[in-house]
Amino acid sequence: MKLESKVPEGPLAEKWTKHKFNLKLVNPANKRKYEVIVVGTGLAGASAAASLGELGYNVKAFCFQDSPRRAHSIAAQGGINAAKNYQNDGDSVYRLFYDTIKGGDYRAREANVYRLAEVSVNIIDQCVAQGVPFAREYGGLLANRSFGGAQVSRTFYARGQTGQQLLLGAYSALNRQIANGKVKMYSRTEMLDVVVVDGKARGIITRDLVTGKIESHSAHAVLLCTGGYGNVFYLSTNAKGSNVTAAWRAHKKGALFGNPCFTQIHPTCIPVSGDHQSKLTLMSESLRNDGRVWVPKVAHKGLKAKEAKSITETDRDYFLERKYPSFGNLVPRDVASRNAKMMCDEGRGVGATGLAVFLDFADAIKRDGKDTIAAKYGNLFDMYKQITGDDPYEMPMMIFPAVHYTMGGLWVDYNLMTTVPGLYSLGEANFSDHGANRLGASALMQGLADGYFVIPYTIGDYLANIGWNDKVGTDHPVFKEAINAVNSSVSKLLSIKGKKTVDEFHRELGLTMWEYCGMSRNAEGLKTAKKKIQELKNEFWQNVNILGSASELNMELEKAGRVADFIELGELMVDDALNRAESCGGHFREESQTPDGEALRKDDEFTYASAWQYQGENQAEVLHKEELRFENVKLTQRSYK
Amino acid sequence: MKITLKVWRQQNANSKGQFKTYVADHVSSDMSFLEMLDVLNTSLIKKGEEPIHFDHDCREGICGMCSLYINGHPHGPQQTTTCQLHMRTFKDGETITVEPWRAKAFPVIKDLVVDRTAFDRIQQAGGYVTVNTGGVPDANEIPIPKKIADEAFDAAACIGCGACVAACKNASAMLFVSAKVSQLALLPQGHAERKERVEKMVAQMDAEGFGACTNTRACEAECPKAISVTNIARMNREYFSAMFSSYEVKVGGGGE
Repeated sequence: MKLESKVPEGPLAEKWTKHKFNLKLVNPANKRKYEVIVVGTGLAGASAAASLGELGYNVKAFCFQDSPRRAHSIAAQGGINAAKNYQNDGDSVYRLFYDTIKGGDYRAREANVYRLAEVSVNIIDQCVAQGVPFAREYGGLLANRSFGGAQVSRTFYARGQTGQQLLLGAYSALNRQIANGKVKMYSRTEMLDVVVVDGKARGIITRDLVTGKIESHSAHAVLLCTGGYGNVFYLSTNAKGSNVTAAWRAHKKGALFGNPCFTQIHPTCIPVSGDHQSKLTLMSESLRNDGRVWVPKVAHKGLKAKEAKSITETDRDYFLERKYPSFGNLVPRDVASRNAKMMCDEGRGVGATGLAVFLDFADAIKRDGKDTIAAKYGNLFDMYKQITGDDPYEMPMMIFPAVHYTMGGLWVDYNLMTTVPGLYSLGEANFSDHGANRLGASALMQGLADGYFVIPYTIGDYLANIGWNDKVGTDHPVFKEAINAVNSSVSKLLSIKGKKTVDEFHRELGLTMWEYCGMSRNAEGLKTAKKKIQELKNEFWQNVNILGSASELNMELEKAGRVADFIELGELMVDDALNRAESCGGHFREESQTPDGEALRKDDEFTYASAWQYQGENQAEVLHKEELRFENVKLTQRSYK
Repeated sequence: MKITLKVWRQQNANSKGQFKTYVADHVSSDMSFLEMLDVLNTSLIKKGEEPIHFDHDCREGICGMCSLYINGHPHGPQQTTTCQLHMRTFKDGETITVEPWRAKAFPVIKDLVVDRTAFDRIQQAGGYVTVNTGGVPDANEIPIPKKIADEAFDAAACIGCGACVAACKNASAMLFVSAKVSQLALLPQGHAERKERVEKMVAQMDAEGFGACTNTRACEAECPKAISVTNIARMNREYFSAMFSSYEVKVGGGGE
């Protein structure tokens, strides 16, 4: 199989404009003859469904939540980047492009990243027009802040709830199309398979989560906007329902999976408090603008936050400021996370578990006053206090890294199409724009770029080429077979009646992934993980216990299907991490580091995106490589010192 | 901690529900309320009993999915979402009653899970600005005074959980609807459609079977996001103004 990125020829800054001109258009009168399925209603899915409905296509949109408004994009806190240069501080499309490609440690496609930066400015205009209440200055114009180590202020935000406001904007546009009859919405409905006939995606199989009914839906194209797979680690900042099932089942139907091992560990999360822990809560990265990260110079076992004051200034190690004087506490996420882990590995971690570092606002409060700090971070401080019982105005927060985002995902070409014609993937579900590490405030940007400004153009080309007659109805035998296959896998799960709950398997998988395929990885550990995951998979299919029936709301059954897919994905992540014997971005291979312990990329061997092809049950997947060519930027070793 | 739970169990929308009593041992005060239920559910599955179904997703207080009525209060004793409620709020040995949201417009699906799609239909009736993707002005061409933007934000912070309905003895959705109406009535982007919007949204709210406002402010007192009843006043003003001025348009406006 040859991977064709379909990146257009020509100078970087003209590629997208030229490409848009070269793409075929669908006649306005013919758009209503096409049907498009959109799975997932987060930023990417809701914006795509709304925009395609506005253009005149007939859209069916699906989400497993009770309302499209609850997709996990809603939880994004910090902001959204855009190269508006409203602050006159030297920003430009080229600089946002450069920062993103460098931040991704040169493992993303230049053309995609440039396009992302290019359309970023349109996103802000669109959201404001919808009534998204972004933060404003007293003069009435939009406010910006610097975010996640950026040297310019290009982040637009709505308090600490930017994702919520952007999603509600996209949801309102979606609602308008639902009311217009152009989008039919299916909530509490989960996609369980993609149907491929004659090599093209023709529809999906779904389960109505309330009645349990398995149904088929046909369309000319299918868009998977189903988010990331961070929950493979069990504990992550993702919502409990976030899952890989749609993407994984598409993968099994022929869509290649790109860079599965690229996961982002976010440095500022609330540490684990016990075995009952069900998820980890992110504290916005913006806190690092004013908070100082430290641990004691010598180990103090079990040091509590309220005892932090007893450690004098000279006995504190502000390790990020010490090691990275020019970026200090604002180093990128992967660097901050890894350093926190190193401190804890040295035994200098704080808190009951020793798996935490302090994030201290005492100096900022002294400098700016409590009111100023409260205005900036009040809601985050309240949230922290609600969860931990500690007051961050009085004592430092305790933080520890947690899985937050997955840069990997379904491999897509420049048009966002997977290796299955007619099957697209948008937003976090695809692998395309962030390379090996995503910069802060870039996830919202990518989700909305894909949905509002990329797919409406690129899908037209495919649809115009196939023609509206090229459609397969749900009475086709392949749909029937797919329904039967889904039904039998559901029955199989219910028939096992073993001894362990779904959560127990999930937790076990998570521990293995975190231990061997988390912040730091090595060949030996990865091989151990592979063996453990294979054993877990065998045990799962013999010993999982799911009560209830298939013909009703059955949340254990839903979880079981998702965990089964996470187990298989986990093995592929380990294979990918094992194959990539270099350190880059969020992927740190212990065998590949500089003498002072920084990540060492190996550009001669690994300047490619990996794309894995499924070969069948218990068969090793086949690796394809998309060589990454850099015509505009020079590959440098990242340095934040 | 040891907690006794009286939980509403109901097989489906058509069956009759009842309270069942469970004892949760070894509850840690650091657990969230939902984590306590997770642990209880694991023990139920081990005993061959179907786990308690409840809605939840983000578990960080923003998606609006969790919706438990605890000891007579939506989301429990604190003004927060259920997922942000922690067991340290309760006393060792306490008995806690857990019910679903009770409202005609929110029928029970199973146990503590209810159907809130009525909220979506109200939003579909008019909770948007009619603007297509592309072809919009530069974001800074619409200056909005900070005070107005902040007020709009306060209204937009609603998470659509339905606690306001559950808190209201009339099961009124006025706080929810008024939050969206206010957001778009305050911002210049929403002005072109403000009259039509409020009329359509209120009509849909009534059609869904939500009750009238009691003026008791129970909704505001229980709202996890501190949405103010000022929004209800604003919506009433918007509604009356629309009723008086849009009549002519309906009768005299040609085309239909």
